[in-house]
Amino acid sequence: MQHIIEILDKNGLVFAFLVVGIIMSLSYVVSKKLTNHKIPGAAIAISVGLFIAYFGGEKGIANIPAFTGMALLGGSMMRDFAIVSTAMGASFSEIRKTGFIGIFCLVIGTVVAFFIGGTIGYLLGYTDAKSFATIGGGACTFIVGPITGGAVGASSEVIAISIAVGVIKSVFVTISTPFLAKKLGIDNPQSAMIFGGIVGSTSGVSAGLASTDVKLVPYGALTATFHTAMGCLICPSILYYIVHLFLN
Amino acid sequence: MKIYGVAILAGCFLVGHIIGDQLGKLFHLNGNLGGVGFAMLGLIFMNDYFKRKNILKPETESGMLFWSTMYIPVVVAMSATQNVKAALSGGWVAVLVGIFATLACYALIPFIAKLSKNQSENKK
Repeated sequence: MQHIIEILDKNGLVFAFLVVGIIMSLSYVVSKKLTNHKIPGAAIAISVGLFIAYFGGEKGIANIPAFTGMALLGGSMMRDFAIVSTAMGASFSEIRKTGFIGIFCLVIGTVVAFFIGGTIGYLLGYTDAKSFATIGGGACTFIVGPITGGAVGASSEVIAISIAVGVIKSVFVTISTPFLAKKLGIDNPQSAMIFGGIVGSTSGVSAGLASTDVKLVPYGALTATFHTAMGCLICPSILYYIVHLFLN
Repeated sequence: MKIYGVAILAGCFLVGHIIGDQLGKLFHLNGNLGGVGFAMLGLIFMNDYFKRKNILKPETESGMLFWSTMYIPVVVAMSATQNVKAALSGGWVAVLVGIFATLACYALIPFIAKLSKNQSENKK
């Protein structure tokens, strides 16, 4: 047994291909047989991924021996590479149509998430400007939170909460998108770009759109990645400054 | 050859990351500002250019398309390696902030989508 685990660990990436392949195939069978395609196979597979991550540690299931390769397959390098490749399916003219509105979405999405997030944190007892800004940053994405916290000098507890906020947001977006897509009118490239720009969370948006309609992924992912950039720019600077004026 | 497609993809990816990284430095932030977004824009522009010149071979294209089909499996692996335990142990603050901030954003979407529709109709 020990010997087998060693082999699996040594060939981690290859084993990860096998594991993900099995998860995908089982999820698609469940989607077809049990839900009659109502819940997309991709959504089930992603939920299974989150579920098994709970049994691991800081790096999810990759903390368990034999599964270390999952961190490589699901790491930021492969994720970004695969996201960029989806741009192949995006057409330039569709993106140009969204134009100015797209930029407007980025700003408004960041500001709303920041202030709603910070205010809820404030009501729950995190009342200083640094914590407000950090938790508000986390409400943009789990990258913006720690970057804001680091920039304004928030405590590590608050930074940990801001990461958790971002992760919860991305999980919530992933799970809720396929159900809400129709109600929110996300069925064309323009609305997918608006969705990505406002909601942010690249992983949540792209996973959610993947289980809604794969064709929309590149449009949502494109604006979502700029959302993180926008958050990193304005949360620790202008927005923190505004909060600072009111709270200190 | 398929590797040409993969190489184009890799080139766009790296250029995007370098731009994002430099932007981060410019604003004194320890991070990559929209590197993935710039990489995607680069690929979209190149793709557009190749198609107009009609020099993109299907074989080259399939090298890129392979990776876009690997996208969902990669996302599954990514969700399996998240710190889900910590997200849940962040307690109610994290859960409440995460969910309500997202719902507030959702509420804006139909409104802005309408705005965008009006704008594009005006253009016509």
